Amino acid sequence: MSILIDKNTKVITQGITGATGAFHAKGALDYGTQMVGGVTPGKGGQTIDFDLENGTKVTLPIFNTVREAVAETGATASVIYVAPPFAADSIIEAVDAELDLVICITEGIPVLDMVRVMRYMEGKKTRLIGPNCPGVITPDEIKIGIMPGYIHKKGHVGVVSRSGTLTYEAVHQLTTRGIGQSSAVGIGGDPVKGSEFIDILNLFNEDPDTYAVIMIGEIGGTAEEEAAEWVKANMTKPVVGFIGGATAPAGKRMGHAGAIISGGKGTAAEKIKVLEECGIRVAPTPSDMGATLVAVLEERGMLEKCKS
Amino acid sequence: MNIHEYQGKEVLRQYGVAVPRGKVAFTVDEAVKAAEELGTSVSVVKAQIHAGGRGKAGGVKVAKNLDEVRQYASDILGKVLVTHQTGPEGKEVKRLLIEEGCDIKKEYYVGLVVDRGTGRVVLMASEEGGTEIEEVAAHSPEKIIKEVVDPAIGLQTFQARRIAYAINIPNELVNKAAKFMLSLYQAFVDKDCSIAEINPLVVTGGGDVMALDAKLNFDSNALFRHKDILELRDLDEEDDKEIQASKYDLSYIALDGNIGCMVNGAGLAMATMDIIKYFGGEPANFLDVGGGATKEKVTEAFKIILSDANVKGIFVNIFGGIMKCDIIAEGVVAAARELGLDKPLVVRLEGTNVKLGKEILNNSGLNIVAADSMSDGAQKIVALVK
Repeated sequence: MSILIDKNTKVITQGITGATGAFHAKGALDYGTQMVGGVTPGKGGQTIDFDLENGTKVTLPIFNTVREAVAETGATASVIYVAPPFAADSIIEAVDAELDLVICITEGIPVLDMVRVMRYMEGKKTRLIGPNCPGVITPDEIKIGIMPGYIHKKGHVGVVSRSGTLTYEAVHQLTTRGIGQSSAVGIGGDPVKGSEFIDILNLFNEDPDTYAVIMIGEIGGTAEEEAAEWVKANMTKPVVGFIGGATAPAGKRMGHAGAIISGGKGTAAEKIKVLEECGIRVAPTPSDMGATLVAVLEERGMLEKCKS
Repeated sequence: MNIHEYQGKEVLRQYGVAVPRGKVAFTVDEAVKAAEELGTSVSVVKAQIHAGGRGKAGGVKVAKNLDEVRQYASDILGKVLVTHQTGPEGKEVKRLLIEEGCDIKKEYYVGLVVDRGTGRVVLMASEEGGTEIEEVAAHSPEKIIKEVVDPAIGLQTFQARRIAYAINIPNELVNKAAKFMLSLYQAFVDKDCSIAEINPLVVTGGGDVMALDAKLNFDSNALFRHKDILELRDLDEEDDKEIQASKYDLSYIALDGNIGCMVNGAGLAMATMDIIKYFGGEPANFLDVGGGATKEKVTEAFKIILSDANVKGIFVNIFGGIMKCDIIAEGVVAAARELGLDKPLVVRLEGTNVKLGKEILNNSGLNIVAADSMSDGAQKIVALVK
């Protein structure tokens, strides 16, 4: 088991003929993902070839619209590598085509575009991950996004994070300790986004194959605090955390659009305090995320069953 | 992106938001001429810097005649204002806003922000104008009134009216105040603002509802569709190194420590600063080289880090995913050679092609200290700069 995606998930890439889209579509195919087609308006009817690492060649159909792509391929998920000015439209098109899951990798979408997207999505069946995120991976089954697949290992720890590279860091620390992951989800660094920590924690909580979770937050907003309260009230599995940005100055956007302390709100100190109050052990440094989880698993006698 | 008050008021004026008449002045003579043209008995001389708290720092003066305008303008122009938002080094005043005096009856606060919790624009107002909204939030949160805007239909008149009543705008001026808020919302949405703060909004003796101050902040992700706003950027208000970094698409923020950092990914870059501090050091900057860094980008990043005179050593922390460690290593070696690097350099590489990357560093003949993990690297650089 896993969350959001597994080996049976069929995926299309929106923006498949762009350099980034094509590069990562190949990466997904190399990992074994069922990438079944792509969308680039104006290039419908053409195909795109991929020479995979294992020597095979894959040819995917390109469609003008997401609806056509879904009708022809049976895809239930989409990943978006469309440039920022057009990405909001691409998300809405995917939601309109009633996909189950849309993962938007694009960084730099105007915030008010996302405000409109989220309004449009109300009452729709689609779940959006991102934007400005690395994507989602279920190790050994499927990879949708830009993360390096080989650092992952199949297992029972869920990872959810606002940061791409910190997710890799956490996954690497787990894998090198022999602890595999059920799924790793990057929810993205933007202030207005499709899924928040609570959405993903809820899925991990319900997934019988996930035994524990690492949650990686950062400065800005109060999503970590809300997630911590939710964990305290609902989560049946241990959660450990890390919060980036303890040394970040107030009022400055730290790379991510959402990583900003404004009006004294959203500091790392406040987040760490609330996480700890809610029973989430917080790693003192980013180098200790894996070790902190191991310590908690050991105390609960869960370490052996989390090794894979 | 921030702009000056006078620019913000000009933007708002285009949307029918009532603002006092005023002119920008870069010299004392221009200031006097501006006051003359305004022709009001009282005019206000306001320092234009990208920071709040100007009044308390002596950057806002009320002049009763042209001699006073001349006096205040020469006092303020060139002065370094230190406010709670400028940091201890302060900011030099290079522009003034000369504005007509205003017969203030009462001050209020009105602001628009994108609320992350609801994912919507929220209109906030308070009858405690003039004070900072954070202060009001701290001592009397019940005095902050909010309306959440549905993006499908925009701010509705009844919502604006409801706010106006709730903050006790005089009955006869409620419609004017509502129109003010509707216009402000339109400007906010049209121009992709991230913050629009009117503090204070004033009710005048003449029965006007006006923006006495205006702080507009724009979503940098949306500037591609607002060339007019982009033209308002004042490079004097930004750090030279940050300007240089933005030219190369590097995300850089200057800090006041002595350990330069070069990292890939915003989250890892923040965490790297944190871990340096954890082991007793002080980071000199935040720097995310991004996922697609090239040799050229790495070299530029090094140049920017080294242009900071406080930097005593550099910590490169890379988790190669799509970005390969050997490419980064080549970039680091090339940059160190080109720049004749004479400061301690600690490099931590992990991820794709890590072995190859480490070989390149080891065989470079350069004095590069290799680290096995983030914490190992942070401890090494902290020890080296001590």
